[in-house]
Amino acid sequence: MRALGIINFEDDNAHIEGLGEFRPVPAIAFLGRYRVIDFILSNMTNSGISNVHVYCKEKPRNLFDHLGDGTHYNINSKRGQLRILFGEKSFSSPVYNNDIANFILNMQYIEEDTNPYVIVAPSYFVYSLDFNPVLQSHIDSKADVTVLYTSTNEAKERFLGCDVLMLDKEKKVTEFAKNRGNYKNRNVSLECYVMTKKLFVELVEKAARTSSLYWFKDVLAESAGELDIRGYGVKGYVSCLNSLPEYYRTSMELRDHDESVSLVKPSWPIYTQTNDSCPTRYTGTAEVTDSLIANGCVIEGKVEGSIVSRNVTIRKGAEVKDSIILPGAYIGERAKLDHVIVDKYAIVHHVKKLEGTDKEPVYVKRRDRI
Amino acid sequence: MRANSMVAMILAGGRGTRLFELTKKVAKPAVHFGGKYRIIDFPLSNCANSGISTVGVLTQYESILLNSYVAKDHNWGLDTNDGGVFVLTPRERDQQNFQVYLGTADAITQNIDFLDSVDPEYILILSGDHIYKMNYDKMLAYHKERKADATIAVLEVPLKEASRFGIMNCDENDTIVEFEEKPKEPKSNLASMGIYIFTYKTLRKYLMADLKKENSDHDFGKDIIPAYLNDKRTLVAWRFKGYWKDVGTIDSLWEANMDLLNADSELDLGDQTWKIYTEDVNALPQYIGADAHVENSYVTQGSVILGEVKNSVLGTNCTIEERAKVIDSVIMPGAKIGEGAKVTRCIVADDVVVAPGAVLGDAESEHIELIAKNME
Repeated sequence: MRALGIINFEDDNAHIEGLGEFRPVPAIAFLGRYRVIDFILSNMTNSGISNVHVYCKEKPRNLFDHLGDGTHYNINSKRGQLRILFGEKSFSSPVYNNDIANFILNMQYIEEDTNPYVIVAPSYFVYSLDFNPVLQSHIDSKADVTVLYTSTNEAKERFLGCDVLMLDKEKKVTEFAKNRGNYKNRNVSLECYVMTKKLFVELVEKAARTSSLYWFKDVLAESAGELDIRGYGVKGYVSCLNSLPEYYRTSMELRDHDESVSLVKPSWPIYTQTNDSCPTRYTGTAEVTDSLIANGCVIEGKVEGSIVSRNVTIRKGAEVKDSIILPGAYIGERAKLDHVIVDKYAIVHHVKKLEGTDKEPVYVKRRDRI
Repeated sequence: MRANSMVAMILAGGRGTRLFELTKKVAKPAVHFGGKYRIIDFPLSNCANSGISTVGVLTQYESILLNSYVAKDHNWGLDTNDGGVFVLTPRERDQQNFQVYLGTADAITQNIDFLDSVDPEYILILSGDHIYKMNYDKMLAYHKERKADATIAVLEVPLKEASRFGIMNCDENDTIVEFEEKPKEPKSNLASMGIYIFTYKTLRKYLMADLKKENSDHDFGKDIIPAYLNDKRTLVAWRFKGYWKDVGTIDSLWEANMDLLNADSELDLGDQTWKIYTEDVNALPQYIGADAHVENSYVTQGSVILGEVKNSVLGTNCTIEERAKVIDSVIMPGAKIGEGAKVTRCIVADDVVVAPGAVLGDAESEHIELIAKNME
């Protein structure tokens, strides 16, 4: 496929309380054995995109560890390349840490790529999509830019703060707006843009000239009148991980087997870094229902409606309900968790009961002991 | 790391006839074990963990899958610049008759050119059909310490079972004085594990001599070891303590799988200091349904359990449909147990589909039943 994949970092609209403080959103553990970035990256490599840039603004260690040289994403080690491009943090103020500044800093790598098109997407939207028909439709439409969107009737609760597209009958974008939760039905932008590399570079340069605080989405919104920007509707499951409750909600929806297999198909695998964990051992006292369980766990207690990541221990007498347990955590005897997100390597042993809600799940810090 | 002082050669050519249909299309070392592994992952991971960088895998019987499997040496971290996994199959060679590997020693002799090119100081001979974790580096240290020509790993077995093994009769210093293959009246309980370290230069001479011998079986146990003993070479036994199992039969393969259910088993695959590596699989985590029941079982990723699973081991991407019961069984990767079916004391082979309502196996049976084809 003749496109360079550009995985952009998230702006301030994506803030996952707690989890996001220890790592950037793309590196957050998700669905038992994945990281958030695995979805967009696998979509790209499954579509035959073999050159991918991953832009990263802060706390890069997690992402470097996870992505490595990209071979586990099926990127051909000789004919393709995964580049992690880390922008030096601006010394003056965090407001300068936008994607435009990072693109400008790494412009030589964008320019030296020989693909005529770019596909720019952030990692915090979760969906399964072949980019080949998207690029074809973009070329056929002769549009300047194609923007992916999802039509939702849940815009009052979901996709808050996301861009929405105002479309005319030809699916031309007349205006970009923000979803402030005032309307039920909206066309939510996935912030995934297809265009020629030439136009991309021009827009980045235009943004830099206009304002040092501009993000790419700002320059695009400003150009909506001059450029032919078309919407491309994405069917199927789409979710946006831009807050802790949305992370929780998305995880719980995908816990359901029918939903998860629509996203992770044998013909469309989602790749990730593997860990060579052994299978999970359920003991005689285990009671597990309606849950997604990764490898390497030892489960002696009760688990209901939950997601348990790899190498988690759940002791006898513990009860884990509607919760998400991240890798390496330990849930001791008698601990009762309901609507709780336990971050990596946390130890829950001296607390009897933690209870959250769908809107406000309880978050237990990474490596914390409670 | 330049560490070619010892090269490992894994004998993986055997069919494993007592595994019946499980080895109809794949060699025994490629048979699945413990849900996500194949038997050969054990010697390969042991090599990687022991710091051995060059591993030859000698294959012969039904080897397409096995050859391509082991060739992906990055799966075991064996993809170093100066090492790797080398797939060695019988080949046509200049001025020699083409021949399959005639015996364990012949398999090495036929690849003497490969060994010469690697130029190791020591050679480790392994078989590809045992489940165990062993640090071969410790065995090499012992071989050096004893200034031995050959070191053989031995396991203490109950004396009454000793007649099933190759038995090493040793003096008080564990120097081997006699080797007896399956003796009727064993004099010792030290069983050979089929794991040898040889000083390569010496072994090379013996292999060359054996090649010329008529009536030789070209076998390490039958020919090479006795020739060493005959010449009063220093052969020592290295005592191994820990889990070791030959999974050569349906019953023993089942038993070894069941050992994984025991939290106190010496075979702890969760041990982070000695990981067993295997191929990467892109599958979802295991899903346990709303009405499912999973008890005392070992389950790996990609499996979907909607029914009941008890005292069993489930491989990658298995499906246990609603109201199905899987008890005391091993379900190999990709198999599907239909709605309401009941499987007891069985090994269900890879990708087999058991029809809804089928009843297979028997809780009282003496032997484990192998289900190798789709069942109505």
